[in-house]
Amino acid sequence: MSVTEQPGTRGNGWVGQAIRRKEDPPLIKGQGNYVDDMTLPGMLHAVIVRSPEAHATISSIDKAGAEEHPAVVAVLTGEDLAADLAGPIPMVWAPPGVEIKTPEHWPLARGEVKHVGQAVAVVVGTDRYAIADAAEEVIVEYEPLPAVVDPEKALEDGSPLVWDDFGTNQTHEWGIAGGDAEGALRDAEVVVERRIVNHRVAGAPIEPRSSIGDPRGDGVTLYSSTQIPHIARFVLSGMLGMAEDKIRVVAPDVGGGFGAKLQVYGEEALVIAVARRLGRPVKWTETRSEHMATSHHGRDQIAYVTLGADREGKISAWKVRHVCDLGAYFQILTPFIPELGFPVVGGCYAIPNIKADFVGVFTNKFATDAVRGAGRPEQTHMVEVMMDQLADEVGISPVEVRRRNFIAKEQFPYETPLGIVYDSGDYHASLDKLLEHVDMNEFRREQGELRERGVYRGIGLSTYVEVCGLAPSRAVGPQGVGLQAAFWESAVVRVHPAGSATVYTGTSPHGQGHDTGFAQIAADRLGLDPANVEVLHGDTDQGPMGWGTYGSRSLAVGGESVGRAALKVQEKAKRICAAMLEAAPEDIELADGKFQVRGSADKSMTMVEIAGAAHIPPQELPTDIEPGLEETSFYDPENFVFPFGAHACVVDVDGETGKVEVVRWVAVDDCGPAINPMLIDGQVHGGVTHGIGQALYEQIVYDDEGQLVTGSFVDYALPTASEVPMFETDRTETPSPVNQLGVKGVGEAGTIAASPAVVNAVTDALKPLGITYMNMPLTPMRVWQAIEEARGGNGGGPARTEQGRDVGEHGQGAAGSGPTSPGEGGTP
Amino acid sequence: MSDKVPVRVVVNGEVHERAVEPRRLLVHLLREDLGFTGAHVGCDTTNCGACTIDLNGEAVKSCTVLAVQADGGEVTTVEGLSRDGKLHPMQEAFWEHHGLQCGYCTPGMIMAGVDLLKRNPDPSEADVREALEGNLCRCTGYHNIVKAVRSAAQAGQAAEVPA
Repeated sequence: MSVTEQPGTRGNGWVGQAIRRKEDPPLIKGQGNYVDDMTLPGMLHAVIVRSPEAHATISSIDKAGAEEHPAVVAVLTGEDLAADLAGPIPMVWAPPGVEIKTPEHWPLARGEVKHVGQAVAVVVGTDRYAIADAAEEVIVEYEPLPAVVDPEKALEDGSPLVWDDFGTNQTHEWGIAGGDAEGALRDAEVVVERRIVNHRVAGAPIEPRSSIGDPRGDGVTLYSSTQIPHIARFVLSGMLGMAEDKIRVVAPDVGGGFGAKLQVYGEEALVIAVARRLGRPVKWTETRSEHMATSHHGRDQIAYVTLGADREGKISAWKVRHVCDLGAYFQILTPFIPELGFPVVGGCYAIPNIKADFVGVFTNKFATDAVRGAGRPEQTHMVEVMMDQLADEVGISPVEVRRRNFIAKEQFPYETPLGIVYDSGDYHASLDKLLEHVDMNEFRREQGELRERGVYRGIGLSTYVEVCGLAPSRAVGPQGVGLQAAFWESAVVRVHPAGSATVYTGTSPHGQGHDTGFAQIAADRLGLDPANVEVLHGDTDQGPMGWGTYGSRSLAVGGESVGRAALKVQEKAKRICAAMLEAAPEDIELADGKFQVRGSADKSMTMVEIAGAAHIPPQELPTDIEPGLEETSFYDPENFVFPFGAHACVVDVDGETGKVEVVRWVAVDDCGPAINPMLIDGQVHGGVTHGIGQALYEQIVYDDEGQLVTGSFVDYALPTASEVPMFETDRTETPSPVNQLGVKGVGEAGTIAASPAVVNAVTDALKPLGITYMNMPLTPMRVWQAIEEARGGNGGGPARTEQGRDVGEHGQGAAGSGPTSPGEGGTP
Repeated sequence: MSDKVPVRVVVNGEVHERAVEPRRLLVHLLREDLGFTGAHVGCDTTNCGACTIDLNGEAVKSCTVLAVQADGGEVTTVEGLSRDGKLHPMQEAFWEHHGLQCGYCTPGMIMAGVDLLKRNPDPSEADVREALEGNLCRCTGYHNIVKAVRSAAQAGQAAEVPA
């Protein structure tokens, strides 16, 4: 491992240590403070009446029955609240030169509903149970309209329209290209085409969303389970027509997000509007069924991908067209999320010619938006699956095909044909390290033996690169990709008079461990123990504007900002120390937790002594040193960072039932120098499990009428403890030149890496049967159907549907020139 | 809705008496009426286990028990595990092994882990995984939770739930 030693970081050497978390003691004692745990004086509860129709006009709403209920204080519809809202939920992507058809999206429906679960009315009252009863008595009459569910059918002429006014279901088309992909494909010796479906999934944090609006004077406090309290205030200010100084947003303990809480939801505006109208705090807490229907979904892209290569497996061209199911309305980033993967189209491979197009489609479903990985899992899944398809096509191993195409270590910083600059990497090294853990020859021998005994064991690789550290504002802001936002991060480091410190970060964690990792970063730069560094976040009244936690940005942008603010404090501490010790500031060094005159360890001061001098200045301090010891940093990175790694998944497939069991997982990840290796491992474990979930179990399914089939955890299967193995993790450390810490993000890497490793492993296991590709999720039924078809059967009665969805049309399909399993991608 | 009925439960050693609707769930009695917010609600369908508590010596999902069914019973919640300012070995193990991230499933996981060790003081990895099948975690991938429960078992002190 190579680790860079950054200036001023020595302190007591806390960075790099696997210290246990500062945030845990209250959480393990049941003393967490999640929004639904909070009860405010006089607080009312809200229940939302939601549409059972996927597409309909509302002919009438009769509130009388509900209003008569003794526990009910108010029943309000979209029309009732029209004057309380200044604007709809904004969508913030405006790519230069591209029109995106954007419908108005209000917190409560106005005359029509476009998806199951759309909020139609809110019932507010004193008792949660009673208002749930009362909500049943709100009588809404609907005139049903035809629903559009399949995004490809939605693009066909004559399809019913989600929005008549637009005259089409296509929202927009956006593309990017470098080199000449079409030309290179014409010249390629080998062309492989696949239709790769990345199905719709849910974020599904275990804490459902919850929000409390608490009116105070002419302002309001919103307590909300959000990843983005500062952005929420900015957005809600516009939606409610209130100045930002009148809105305080607090994200207390937040029980996971996974992108589902990287959002400003209608309900957040709703509880504020209703609370202000009634002059009392109002709490709304999502049920799990509401979460499945109306917390945004992710993925749901169909990709038509074509790669060109020579007979040695060297790739010359990559072309992909995505059909992206965006749902009926947009949330804040909806149409942008598929495109967010664009910097890593083509993965960690030196492909000279790339073309990627994205078509957005309206359907009568809830919006898609960011779910863990957001655009990068889709790109990585497709390129890693295609590497194995290519390896088969040209007759080399999955290891060899990767090695022949990797961007070499010497090529970094590497500019892709799309003009993206990968900061640093050593892809050969991570694959080599993986293969130290996984003996492929031994595996093939064992695999052969098991096959003779009827056990289908397979191994799948995924050598990923991802893009995170969102983001250089110039690259993704209004004049760049076109987000109407910026993505720098703020930090305040404040040393108190007696020498402990408080750090405020504009990021907003929900499980990642910032309190600990950021304290380690600050402690080293301040000469303190992390136990004496408190990290605060998630309260717009506590610190400056910040942009929140998502896109694996917190460390590379927020942690870096903490480090920079702490260095500013350190510089001032050195000046104070120098004055006190009658030395030059440049001769003061921080070592072993002490500020000392270089070469004279006996002449030193601790931060406790310096903090005292800073706050109660003695005569020795020159007057040009301001009192106090506090600094702020606003850090905007110059580039993204590009974590990478190599994962291997080993599965056993039951040939009789189609059940896939993950029996081994090895992960080698590189996110630069570790701040806290324990936290990194934790992110990898959880991230990989999330990806296994999508690959094998999880899928949001709507039936042909737009009814949500997977409306609870009974139907939407998260992996349990029994579905995953112990994970073997290792790391390489390639510093990023982008930031002083040298760090890259790791929160999404596991998820980004995992799904193709699973699919490649199942494909490898079933190769003896002639099965070469299947789309996720690889549920027992889908795998069993493929096995049955491969064996010459027809897969039995229910073979062509799964959970009400026609898998022949939507779930499966491997069209193109490469080998396909019998019955896939066409007629059975 | 129907008339409220009296319920008397001992929670973490203290007696509590309330009048509740017969349909009121135990988890809501604990969280909203008595202030024990350690038990969380993560689903509507008894899948997630975030609300797991101990009722009369057995782990139950308190979203699937009516408050009236707990009448006369003894409840231990996660708040009642530590004693004299000292963490329960299961809590200590979750902290030591990074068995939690967001912390939302954690009280239920800890209570399920404690319950397992009462029945099986030396569980294998497979035993732990099977015992925790009814408790969902979205953050940790279960790896460190399994480590924590087995470590608590090795500590050898976790088999007893304080009354």
